[in-house]
Amino acid sequence: MNLDNLHNKLITAARATPADDRVPYAFEKRVMARLAETVRVDLLGAWSAALWRGAIACLVVTMLSGAWLLRTEPSSEHAEFTPDFNAAVFNAGVFASAGSTDEVW
Amino acid sequence: MERSDAELIRAVLQGDMASFEPLVAKYSPRLFATARRYARREDEIEDIVQEIWSKAYHKLGSFRGEAPFEHWLMRMAVRTCYDFLRAHQRNRENTFTELTKEEDDWIERVMSAPEQVSEKAEAAKQLVKKLMQMLPPPARLIIQLLEIEDRSVKEISALTGWSVPLVKVRAFRARAEMKKCLARVARDKYL
Repeated sequence: MNLDNLHNKLITAARATPADDRVPYAFEKRVMARLAETVRVDLLGAWSAALWRGAIACLVVTMLSGAWLLRTEPSSEHAEFTPDFNAAVFNAGVFASAGSTDEVW
Repeated sequence: MERSDAELIRAVLQGDMASFEPLVAKYSPRLFATARRYARREDEIEDIVQEIWSKAYHKLGSFRGEAPFEHWLMRMAVRTCYDFLRAHQRNRENTFTELTKEEDDWIERVMSAPEQVSEKAEAAKQLVKKLMQMLPPPARLIIQLLEIEDRSVKEISALTGWSVPLVKVRAFRARAEMKKCLARVARDKYL
């Protein structure tokens, strides 16, 4: 059996078949409506993407600030001040409950 | 006065979406003719053409105007059709249906007296369609472009985005696949 013959005949048949270029009625209107819809969706998408980007940026800033605070050791000046400050707060609380705040302030 | 493609494209890029409509009206027949070579159902064909126009609109900024708009659009059309073929490959496997009596007779006549057989017969056209559906997507695309549309390897490379050597390799494989399908179609009667 000569398959080449059959192949050539079929290719010739396909070439002889004219391309069907019919376009459905008002197709261009449908395309334009769909495009308008996708553009609207894109605007919403862009807004949502911007919000997400903002949220991620805020999170990064928060984490960096937290890391920076954790790494920073308290200075000696603050270290000396802290017990006095705590004592003053404690005294204020004790004397306030006793009804006399003059000695504290 | 009718505006040129370049003027319409410029207007669209400047935000005038309505200027896209004349382009759609002008080139849709060509796109439908292309899509009908790769899909059968009208709803699938419409979806393909809609998809091509959607891509064209969103990627219009990448059109540099060095080649005609039609060439740029046809590249997009061929690639979209190829994506469609690949996406529907599973559904189309083993889609070969039995030959009709007319198709059977046509093959028989080609085998006995090829010079007396008309290629314009409806049976031949239907047979080609059936055979094309049996081919895997790359083979189908190559046979369509290279053999039926008679395009050069370089043109196919530009249309598909495949390198020239890849097109040649795929063309070789596609012809082999086509022969295998032909043998399968004619097997019962002649082998």
